[in-house]
Amino acid sequence: MAEFPTDLRYLKSHEWVKQDGDVVVVGISDHAQDALGDVVYVELPEVGAECQAGDEIAVVESVKAASDIYAPVAGTVVEVNAKLEDSPELVNEAPYADGWFFKVKVSDSTAVESLLTAMQYQALCEAEEH
Amino acid sequence: MPFVPHTPNDERIMLASIGVTSIEALFDEIPQALRSGELKQTPSGISEMELLRTMNERARLDEMHLSFIGAGAYEHHIPSAVWDLVGRGEFMTAYTPYQAEASQGTLQLIYEFQTMMTRLLQMEVANASVYDGATAMAEAILMAIRANKKNKSRRVLVAGDINPAYIEACQVIVRNQGIELKVQGFNEDSGVIGLAAEPGEFAALVVSYPNYFGCLPDVDALTDWCHENGALMVGVVNPTAMALLKPPGEWGKEGADIAVGEGQPLGIPVSSGGPYLGFMCCKQAIVRQMPGRIIGRTSDVDGSDGFALTLQAREQHIRRAKATSNICTNQGLLVTAATIYLSLLGDVGLRSVAIRSHQGLQQLLRNLGSTGKIKTRFTGPCFHEAAIELPIPAKEVLPLMAEQGILGGYDLGLSFRALENCLLVNVTETKTEQDLALYGTALLNALEAKGC
Repeated sequence: MAEFPTDLRYLKSHEWVKQDGDVVVVGISDHAQDALGDVVYVELPEVGAECQAGDEIAVVESVKAASDIYAPVAGTVVEVNAKLEDSPELVNEAPYADGWFFKVKVSDSTAVESLLTAMQYQALCEAEEH
Repeated sequence: MPFVPHTPNDERIMLASIGVTSIEALFDEIPQALRSGELKQTPSGISEMELLRTMNERARLDEMHLSFIGAGAYEHHIPSAVWDLVGRGEFMTAYTPYQAEASQGTLQLIYEFQTMMTRLLQMEVANASVYDGATAMAEAILMAIRANKKNKSRRVLVAGDINPAYIEACQVIVRNQGIELKVQGFNEDSGVIGLAAEPGEFAALVVSYPNYFGCLPDVDALTDWCHENGALMVGVVNPTAMALLKPPGEWGKEGADIAVGEGQPLGIPVSSGGPYLGFMCCKQAIVRQMPGRIIGRTSDVDGSDGFALTLQAREQHIRRAKATSNICTNQGLLVTAATIYLSLLGDVGLRSVAIRSHQGLQQLLRNLGSTGKIKTRFTGPCFHEAAIELPIPAKEVLPLMAEQGILGGYDLGLSFRALENCLLVNVTETKTEQDLALYGTALLNALEAKGC
């Protein structure tokens, strides 16, 4: 059973977002990593890259698929998880912890509030399965 | 027998099952302007007997001449074993089989090809090939734009001394993708490009080594300049030349990022322009932006060596519209020929081919220079090909040489107006001293007939 931590916000495209002041951490959900299977590569954005909400900003590649990762909010990439370069399996092992993708300094710190709650996202995933 | 296997009845059934009235209605959404229409210049079919006769007559025309034309395609000796082996049923197939469980032989062969190309070019990774040298260059440009994360520019600086046909093919491929190719002119004395005079934002620089005129640009300086300016370095190289010259992996401080070229000199005959073979190598760091198939070595459940397609998530069958390229095939049969050719020659053999070819050219240039009528057009070093300057336009001389059984070279006036008196001449190991002497005589006769 996939986990849906309630302190996070989510996107329909299966990214999770954790706000910490004006910086948000982004990764992919437990449900998403499970659906993808073994992650073999993550293409991360450049630090300093600017993004708008909805921009294709990263790519996650598993043994069976390659999926785009979308920027959840507008802002500037301030850090990327360099560990994923050599250990992409962290995305499968700890999607909400060591498997995070990148951090964005947000232009509008209230933007996160419009994203899905854990309950809304979980409902969406369950609807997808049925 | 029709080429399309569906009978009119099959077509009716298929159309009925998807609810479309006719083939025309099926393609209705394709604008008329994009349709090729009737092929008016194409004659209707002829019988096998007529075809064989026509082709035999044309083949006889070829055999009469001693060819000194290079300009991108080079006549090297091909050991008989190459095409004898390529023609075996195990290799000779219309489609390259990739199923690991059924095609270990083919996969291993492509893997060996990739290994040979990386060693020859001193690059980290190679793909299983693309269509030809020109498309390899276009794919390298698209790849460089994707791979250059530091520089978002969609402009690419292209050396003006690259084969004009390659530049044209690249223009066609990139012009509708929001990519601008800026062609940097070459120095009219040296025939090579120097460092770009105007600074600007470029995702990549594309340089040919040797260049179209056989000349050797300063690739070390160009590579360093490129990296200092946040651009990726793309080398378009002649594989035979790599046995003698500095390979792209060793250019400048960091080496070229992508290296491509035409594999035809490696065991593929010069036959009516193709099919040819594009090879493509890059640094490991940007391999995920590489188009085309890549074969990897792995081990099976019993721990034995095995070969399989790898890094497939770059490709169309997984990434669909976002794939690195619409190229999802390779020149399998020609890769087979190139691999066997390189195996038979080895590094020593390939080096002898390169040396013999270049020595032949040097001999020819000395012979021609001693006449006092013919000059080498560009200064500086070259490899197995050079532009020679005549007192009159090359196009007036070539037919007169052909009458004497010599194809004297490529008329550079066709591509560069300022070089209309120049002939691009190539010598390979296939030419003997006697052939070189015949060339000199034929050219002098032609000039004399024109009053020079």
